[in-house]
Formats: sequence, structure tokens, C-alpha cells
Amino acid sequence: MTLILQVEGVSKRFGGLQALMQVTFDLAQGHILGLIGPNGAGKTTLFNTINGVFTPDEGRIRFLGRDVTGAKPYDMARMGMARTHQIVRPLNELTVRENVMAGACFGHENQGLRQASIIADEVMSFAGLAARANQLAGSLNVAQKKRLEMARALAAHPKLLLLDEVLAGLTPSEIDGMVKTILEIRSQGVTIIMIEHVMKAIMNVSDRIFVLEYGMQIAEGKPEDVVRNPKVVEAYLGDPQMAKRLMEEG
Amino acid sequence: MSLLEVRDIESGYGEVQILWGASLSPQDGKLTSMVGGNGVGKTTALRTIMGLNRAWKGTIKFDGKDITHTPAYTKAELGIVLVPEGRQLFTDMTIYENLEMGATNKRASSKFKENIERVYTMFPRLKERASQKAGTLSGGEQQMVAVGRGLMADPRILMIDELSLGLAPVLSLQLFESLRDLRKQGLTILLVEQNVQMALAVSDYAYVFAEGKTEMEGPARELMNNEHIRAAYLGL
Repeated sequence: MTLILQVEGVSKRFGGLQALMQVTFDLAQGHILGLIGPNGAGKTTLFNTINGVFTPDEGRIRFLGRDVTGAKPYDMARMGMARTHQIVRPLNELTVRENVMAGACFGHENQGLRQASIIADEVMSFAGLAARANQLAGSLNVAQKKRLEMARALAAHPKLLLLDEVLAGLTPSEIDGMVKTILEIRSQGVTIIMIEHVMKAIMNVSDRIFVLEYGMQIAEGKPEDVVRNPKVVEAYLGDPQMAKRLMEEG
Repeated sequence: MSLLEVRDIESGYGEVQILWGASLSPQDGKLTSMVGGNGVGKTTALRTIMGLNRAWKGTIKFDGKDITHTPAYTKAELGIVLVPEGRQLFTDMTIYENLEMGATNKRASSKFKENIERVYTMFPRLKERASQKAGTLSGGEQQMVAVGRGLMADPRILMIDELSLGLAPVLSLQLFESLRDLRKQGLTILLVEQNVQMALAVSDYAYVFAEGKTEMEGPARELMNNEHIRAAYLGL
């Protein structure tokens, strides 16, 4: 089993807020890791620390066996790490094709425009955006923008793809479609970490689940085990002891 | 009898639909909770009942009258009151001034004295600190002001969005106890709460939201050990 990513004791602090504390996990190539946790648990901060937006205060990050702690996001992109953003960030004044080409030009393979255009056509047809190729990105609806966000990341031909809430705001049938797309991406050999609040979907699609609460990892394992972990249940449903106290007084 | 009758409402923001058919009928004088994970539509349901979001479909009745498209300020005058998520206080104003802001409509202003006594009895700390600016208070105290401001509006139904979010356990417990006292005084309460254990412990009845719909309902204590609740939050 090849490890594509190793996160070792990573901590990140913003002023008085300890956003990440001693986070450690390994990710095997070809797996889907689901990253969950209540609001404000530090999930997006962990993404930003993995892909170089933030430098960790402590700890190391290894990608493809190389120590990449402190590397910049563009270094990570070149090495083969791509991501999507929770709040989609299309280049609104460019067409869908140009947006996707940008991913190819600045990604892992650093393509020229001609090759980028060929890759864009392949990726757009895979992502169901071929019919929209010449439309301005700003004119897409929410579901299409989410797909564009993903297509731009895929055009970089990443080895590791970080997906930040790609299912949020989609209708139930759009969610089914997106889940299929994610599984197809994995079957092409891309390793995936996804942050998601749509629990049914993430539990079904992930090989392993990693749970953060207040910046600390509280559980890691197979979906069916994680949902029965008392710490996870408490993080999501509250403390049963406090509830008991409230009832006894009442 | 149900004071509020919500039937199959759908709503959302811009082109994003969040609510896909929520129905609930909180009973008069009871404490009713809406529980469920992130993004399942609980806040949107409250906002739609309040009139801050338009109901795309469905009906909302209050006291037997259709109020589906009644504007929020008219609903407030009728006695439908929302304590919003994140408290939304006037941070540069004092506690007293914040409480005054709750009592701007005619019905509420005529009962100002009685209501402020009730708020001060429930939260003595607010009386002690009445002239302190709201922005300087702790999170728990700010939540007391938010609930107090809601009570100053003389609600017939008090809707609270996330009572305990971001609060230390001891403060949460205290606020839940206050809520239970209000319920004993006969106030109708509709609570949205992330901490499902606490919510079910104080509630008479609860609705479980999943994927924009009311998926399950029942007496709160019966739901406490229900496997479906865990599934609604954790997906499995």
C-alpha cells in the first residue's frame, strides 16, 4: 500500500484560536477519505494547511514521500495536488473552456494552451459540461459551477484531489450524479479527500472517515465504525450526561 | 390545539432550494424542537415561518388564519417572534436598550413593565448589568439578552434558532433550564437546536429534519434513543 499523503502532528493557531491540534493521519493511494466534523471544527483549515495556503506551526506534511511542509499552493499544484473551494471560485469573465484550461496550464503537467484545450475538452465531457464549453462561467447555475470547480481541478491531472463541500446546495438528484462522478474519478486512480456535510453521501462514498472537533481528531476508521463511536455521536448529538441532568431536575 | 400549522413548505436562497417539504404543528403551551444535522433546513424553516424567506410552496397558518405571505413585521405584531441564530444584538447599545428594541410594536409596548420584570426575574444578571454595552458581554450573557429581547416582544410563540451554539456546557445547561421555566409558565416555544440530547431532554415533542424535509416526529423522550436520530445526523 503506497501512502500518498502523511500528516504528522500538524498544529495551526490563529491568535487565541487553536484551529488544529496535533492532527495525524496517513492516506493510501486510491482511497477516498471523508473529513467530517461540526461547524468550526477546522476541516477547511486542514485543507488549507495540506495544500500550502497556511504553513503549520508544528508538524510535517509529506506528499508522495517528499516533505512538503511550508511549500506554497502553486508548488503543491505542480506536484499533483488539486482542490475545489467551498464557495465556488470560477473566473466569471472567462468561458467554461477557458476556466478548465487554466487548471491544465497551472497544474501538475504545466501544459501549453494547445494541449490544455484538448485536456479541457476531455474533462468537460467527463464532467457533463461539454454543452456549456463556450458559455461564460458567470452564467452557470449552482450545480454547474460546482462541476466547473471540479473540472478545473481535474484538468490539472492531480494525484490527490481535495473536495470542499462539492455536494452542498445541490438537489438530491444532482447529489446522486456528483457522487457517481466522484467514484469515477477515484476509479481513474485519483486519491480523494472530501469535506462534506451531506452525511448519507459521504458515508457511502468514503473508504475511511476522519472526524475533527475543535481542531482535534476524535475518530478515524471505516464509516460503519465511526458512526457508532461514542465520541463522534457526542460531537454531533450532544452530551447524554448533561441531558440526563436536565431531565432529572425537570 | 396547534397554534401554528406549517404544511409542506418549500423555500431557499436565490436559486438554491433548501426546504423540500417541511410540515409541523407545534402545540399551544408546549416546547417543540426541530433537530437534525447541518444544512438540513431547520433555520430556513424558522426564517420562512417568520417571513424572512418567502415560502415557495406550502402554507403557514397561525391561530387558524393563513399567514403564508404575511410580511415579517406583521407577524411580529401578531406575536410570532424569532431569536435569530448568532444572537444579532445591537452591540453598541446597552442591555436595557437592546431589550427596549424588542418591545417596539403596540401590543408589546403596552406590556413593557410586566415583560421587563419577567426578563429580569429570569436573568437577574441582565438587571445588574442593564447599562452595560451588549458587545462587552460573554457569549452566554449575550444569548440571555437575545432571548430577553424576544420575550420583550410579548410572543405568543417564541422561536429560537440555536440556543446553545458556541456556549460552554454549564451556560448551555442554564439556558435550557430557563427555557423549561418559560414552558412551565405556558409559553409556546419552537426551538432549533444542534445539541439534540439537550433539546430532547427539555422538549415535549420533536421533529427530525433530514435533507430539507421533516422526516420523523414524536414525543421528545421517545425519540431520545431512536437509531434514526443518529442516522439523521451521521448518515448511517
